[in-house]
Amino acid sequence: MDVNWLNANYLPWLIPVPPLISFMLIILFTGRNKFLSHSIAVGSVVLSFLLAFGEFLKTTGTKEFGPNAFGDSIKWMDVGLGEFRMGVLVDPLTAVMLFMVPIAMLMIFVYSMGYMGAYPDDDPHKIRYSRFFAYLSLFAGGMLTLVVADNLLLLFMGWEIMGLCSYLLIGFLFEKKSAQQAAVKAFMTTRVADVLMLVGIGYLYAEAGTLSFRDILYNETMLERLGNSDLTGYLGLSAASIIGILLVIGTIGKSAQFPLHAWLPDAMEGPTPVSAMIHAAAMVSAGVYAVIRMFPLLEAGGNPHTGDYTAPLILMGVIGSVTALGAAILGVGQNDIKRVLAYSTISQLGFMVAALGIGAYVAAAFHLITHAFFKALLFMSSGSVIHAMEHGEHALEHGHGEHGHDEHHADEHAHAHDEHGHGHSSYTWDDLNHAIAHGIEAGHLQPGEVTPYGADYVGPNGELPDDAEWKPSVPQGLKPDFVARPNNIMLMGGLINKIPVTAYAMLAGAFSLAGFPLITAGFWSKDEIIADAMTFLTNSGQFEGHSPWLHILVFFSLIIAATFTAFYTMRMWFLTFLGKPRSAIAEHATLMNHVDPEELSKAQTPLKKFWLQYSNSALMQGPLVILAFFAITAGFVGIHEDFTILHYLTGSHNFFHEFVGPSLLHEPEKVPFKIWPVLMSLLAFGLGAGAAYLVYGVPKDSYEKDPVQKTVGDPVWQALKNRFGFDTFYLTVLYQPFELFARKGSYQAIDKDTIDGILETIAVIFNNLGEGIKRFNHVIIDGVGDGIPQLIGLGGRWFRNIQSGRVQQYLLFTAVMLLAIGLFFVLRVL
Amino acid sequence: MEITWQTIAFFAFAVMTLGGGLMVVISRNLWHSALFLMLSLFGTSGLFVLLVAPFLAAVQVLVYIGAIAILVLFAIMLTRRMMGLEETQNTQWPAAAAVAVLLFIILVITLSPLVDEKAVTDIFGDKVANLNAHLPVDPDAKGSGVVANDDLKIVTVEKIGEALVTRDGFVLPFELASILLTAALIGAIVVAREDEA
Amino acid sequence: MVPLYFYLVVSAGLFAIGAYGALARRNAIAIVMSVELMLNAANINLVAFWRYLNPFEINGQIFAAFVFIVAAAEAAVGLALIISIYRNRQTVIVEDVNMLKW
Repeated sequence: MDVNWLNANYLPWLIPVPPLISFMLIILFTGRNKFLSHSIAVGSVVLSFLLAFGEFLKTTGTKEFGPNAFGDSIKWMDVGLGEFRMGVLVDPLTAVMLFMVPIAMLMIFVYSMGYMGAYPDDDPHKIRYSRFFAYLSLFAGGMLTLVVADNLLLLFMGWEIMGLCSYLLIGFLFEKKSAQQAAVKAFMTTRVADVLMLVGIGYLYAEAGTLSFRDILYNETMLERLGNSDLTGYLGLSAASIIGILLVIGTIGKSAQFPLHAWLPDAMEGPTPVSAMIHAAAMVSAGVYAVIRMFPLLEAGGNPHTGDYTAPLILMGVIGSVTALGAAILGVGQNDIKRVLAYSTISQLGFMVAALGIGAYVAAAFHLITHAFFKALLFMSSGSVIHAMEHGEHALEHGHGEHGHDEHHADEHAHAHDEHGHGHSSYTWDDLNHAIAHGIEAGHLQPGEVTPYGADYVGPNGELPDDAEWKPSVPQGLKPDFVARPNNIMLMGGLINKIPVTAYAMLAGAFSLAGFPLITAGFWSKDEIIADAMTFLTNSGQFEGHSPWLHILVFFSLIIAATFTAFYTMRMWFLTFLGKPRSAIAEHATLMNHVDPEELSKAQTPLKKFWLQYSNSALMQGPLVILAFFAITAGFVGIHEDFTILHYLTGSHNFFHEFVGPSLLHEPEKVPFKIWPVLMSLLAFGLGAGAAYLVYGVPKDSYEKDPVQKTVGDPVWQALKNRFGFDTFYLTVLYQPFELFARKGSYQAIDKDTIDGILETIAVIFNNLGEGIKRFNHVIIDGVGDGIPQLIGLGGRWFRNIQSGRVQQYLLFTAVMLLAIGLFFVLRVL
Repeated sequence: MEITWQTIAFFAFAVMTLGGGLMVVISRNLWHSALFLMLSLFGTSGLFVLLVAPFLAAVQVLVYIGAIAILVLFAIMLTRRMMGLEETQNTQWPAAAAVAVLLFIILVITLSPLVDEKAVTDIFGDKVANLNAHLPVDPDAKGSGVVANDDLKIVTVEKIGEALVTRDGFVLPFELASILLTAALIGAIVVAREDEA
Repeated sequence: MVPLYFYLVVSAGLFAIGAYGALARRNAIAIVMSVELMLNAANINLVAFWRYLNPFEINGQIFAAFVFIVAAAEAAVGLALIISIYRNRQTVIVEDVNMLKW
C-alpha cells in the first residue's frame, strides 16, 4: 500500500504513535537511564506536537472543512453481516483539540523534567523518574488516540488507557498509603461510570449498527430514528436519550462531576505534573470532549435552543450547575493550594457540562480549550510553589532557620505526627524507617501493620498518637481537612519576591480562571457560556412558548459560581504571593538548585553557572511563561463578532465559532450579541475578586482564623473543609456499609456461614463417602489387588523351590516332561 | 522261539546285564556297585558277541571293563570317606522309580509292533527287504528276512580298521574322536590335578 | 534266533535302570556309573538294529565304536570333576553341590 503519510487523511494515524512507542521503549529498554528516558519521552511528544500542529494547519487552510472532514479507516473485524471499521477522524472539534492537547502536554513533559529532577536522588520521585515518563507517555498516547478516534470504541480505548494511567500516576508514590487509596478511589469511581458508558456504547451499537461518529452524528435519518421515542427506546425515552444518559454518566465519572467528583481532589496525591495532566490536557478534558463529540446524539429528538430539552441534556444541565456551584463554594474553604485548583477544575468542568446541557456546543468546546491552558498553567505554577516551599522546608532541616520559630502559624492540623503521613514531608526514608523500627521496638506497632511510607499513625519517635485508630481508616493525606505544610497557603505569603516568574505566570492563570475582563481567555469563554444561558432573557423569542427553566437554572448557578470562582482564585493568589512570609519555610522558599558552592566555582562559562543554579527553575518556569501566553490570548479567537470595541480588531469574525460550529450537521446559530451577559460576567468577577481583595489583598502576617471563617461561622467553614461531607458520606454510606456488608454479610453470613456451611456439609458427606470408598478400597480392591500379587508371590515362592540347584531334580523334571511327550505320541499311535 | 544255545546265551547275558545294572543302582555299597557295573558291562559284551560284533565285544571288555570301570574304582577309592553313606538314594527316589518304570513301559509299548518278526520289514520299509533279497535268510527267523550268522563273515576287524582310516570311510570322525579323547584326557588331568599353590 | 524285539527290551530295561540310577543316587560316582549303563543300553540298541536291519554295512559298528570313545572321554572328565569337587568341598553328594539355583 502506497500511502502518503503526510496526507491530511492519513496523518492522524501517526499522531498518537510516538508517545506509545516511547512508553514501550522506556518500559522495556531505557528504564535505567534517566536522561535517555526523558529525552525519548519529550522527543516523542515533540514529534506528536509537530504532527498534530501540521494537521491543525491543514484543517484551518481547508474551506468548508466541517462537512469535508479528514479521516481514514480500516476494516478492523467482521461483525455479523457487516464489518467494524476503526479509523481516525479530524473534524473541526478534533482540530482544536489537536491544537490544545499537544501544546499542553509538551509543556507538562518539559515541566516534569524540572519538577521530578529537582528531588534528591533517594526520593521516590527520582528513583522512579524513568517510569514516570513512561506513564506520562502512555497517558499522552491514550489521550491522542481518544482525540483522533473516529468511533466510540476507539475513543473508549483511549479513555480506558487514561483511566489506567491516572491510576498508576496518582498512586505513583505508592509507598504513601494515601496515594494508594487515592489511586484506588480514582480508579474505582471512574470504573463505575465507565461500565455504564460501555453499556451505552453497546446499546448504541445495537441500535445504530455502527459506532462511527460520522455515520451517526452526521446522519440526519439516523439521528431522527434514534431520537424518536416512538420508534426506539424504552420507558418513553428514545434510544438516543438512554444512550445519552449512559454516556453522560461516563463523563460524570471521568470529568469528576457531582456525585462522582470525590476522587479528583484526592488525585492531588500524585506528583504535580500528573495533576496538570489529569486536570488540563487529558482525563477530565476527555470526559467533556466525549459529550461534546456526542452532542448531536444527546440532543436528538429535541432542541435545547427552543427549550425542548432531552433527558441527557437535562441531566447535564442539572449536574453541571450543581457541580459548578458546589465545587466553587468548596474552593473557598480549601487551604491546600492544589485542592483549591482541584475544586476549580471540578467547577469549571461543571460550567462546560452545564453549557452543553443548554445546547451551548461551541461555548463548551471553547471553554474546554481555554480552561485546559490556564488550568495546566495554574497546576504547574502550584507545583513550582510547592517545590519552592519544600526547598524551604529542606533548608530548615539543615539548620538555616530556627526550627519551630513559626510553629504557631502552622495550620491547626499540621501536627508533628501528621507530617509523616504525607509525601511532601521533608523527612527522609531513613527517618521513617527508623521511626517505624522504633515503634515496633517499643511495642506500639505490630510489624507488617504499616507500610514504610504509610506510617500515618506513627509520630517522629515511633509513638502512636492518642486518637490512633487502626481500622478502617482514611489515610492522613486523604482526610478532608488535612493539609501538608508545603501545600498550605496559610503558611505561604510573600512568595512573589522568591519566585517572581511563577507569581506573574500564576497571576495570568488566576485572572483567566477568575474571568478578568477583556484580556483573559477565561473571560471570553465563560462569557460565551453565560451569554448562551442568558438567552432566556436576551432572546426569549427563541423558546416559542417552552419554558426555558434549564437555562434559568444554569444561568443563576453559573453566575454565582463565577463569583465564587473569582473569589477563591484571587484568595489563593493573594495568600500565596503577597504580604510577608507566614512561616519559616516560606521565608526559605526558592526554586534554585541545591548546588555545592565548590562545584559552582568550578563552572567555567556563565551559561554553565546559570544552568547549575537555575536548571530546575528554568525547566519549571519556562513552560509557565508559554502557557501564560496562551492563557491570555487563547480567548481572542472566540470573541463575539459584534463586541463593541474589539470587533474591529477581530475583523468581525468569531473564528472559533465559525471553525468549530461546522463540526455539527447543522451549524449552531450564533447567539445575538447583547451587552447584558458581558455585564453579568464583569459583575461576577468584580464581586468575587473585589471581595477577595478586601479580605486578603493585604495579607496579615499571621492568621489565627480565616477571615471567611469569622464571617460565615465555624460550622459552615467546617462543612467547607469537610467538602460538604461528601467524602464522609461516601465513606459512611457507601464504603463502610459495603465493607460491613462485605465483612459481615458477604464474608461472614454468606461466605463463611452459608456457603462454607454448605460446602462443609458437602465436604462431610463426601468425606464419609470417601471413608466408605476407602474401606471398600481397602478391603475389596486392595484385597483383590494385593491378593493377586500375593498369590503370585506365593506361587513364585513355591515354584522357586523347583529350582533347588539339585541337578538330579532338574533331570527328573526333564524326564517327566519327555515322558509326557512320549506318552502323547504313544497314545496317538495306539 | 525254540530253545537253542543262542537263546540260552542271550537270556544268560540279558540277566547278567539287567541284574548287574539293577544292582549298580540299588546296592548300598558303592564298591559293590562298581563291581556290579563290571558284571553288567560284561553281559553287554556277551550280547555284542551274540549280535556278531566281535570287535565291539572285545572293545567293550577292554575299554569299559578294563579302563572305565577301573577308573571308577580308583575314583571310589579316592573319595572313600563317602563310602559308608547310609542314605544312598535321595528323597526323590520314588518319583525316579516311577519315571523309570513308566519310561520302560512306554518303550516296551512303543516297541510292541516288533513282537511280530515279520513286521520288522513292514515297519522299516522295502530297503531292508531289498538289501537282503539276494541273501540266504536265517531259517529260524521265520521269514523275518534276517541274515544268518554264518553269512556275516564280511564285517571283520580289518574292514572296520579300513573304514576308520580311509577317506571314503570315517577318517574325519575318527580323527575328531581322537582329538576329543585327547582333550578329555588333558582336561581330566587339569581338573583333577591338585593345586600346588 | 533271538528276535530283535528281545534285544530292544533288554536295551530299554537297561536304559530305565540307568535313568533310575541317574535320578535317584546321591553319590556322584554312582551317577556316572548309571550314565555308563544308559550308554551301554544305547550301544546294545545300535548294534542290534545293525545286526537285524543292515548287517552288510559297517556304519552300525563304527557308530557304536564312537559311542565307546565318547563314553571313555565322559568317564574320564566326569570322574576328574568329581575328584575336584571332592577335594574342594569334601563331598561327592550331588545334593550338597546345589549352588546352581536362585
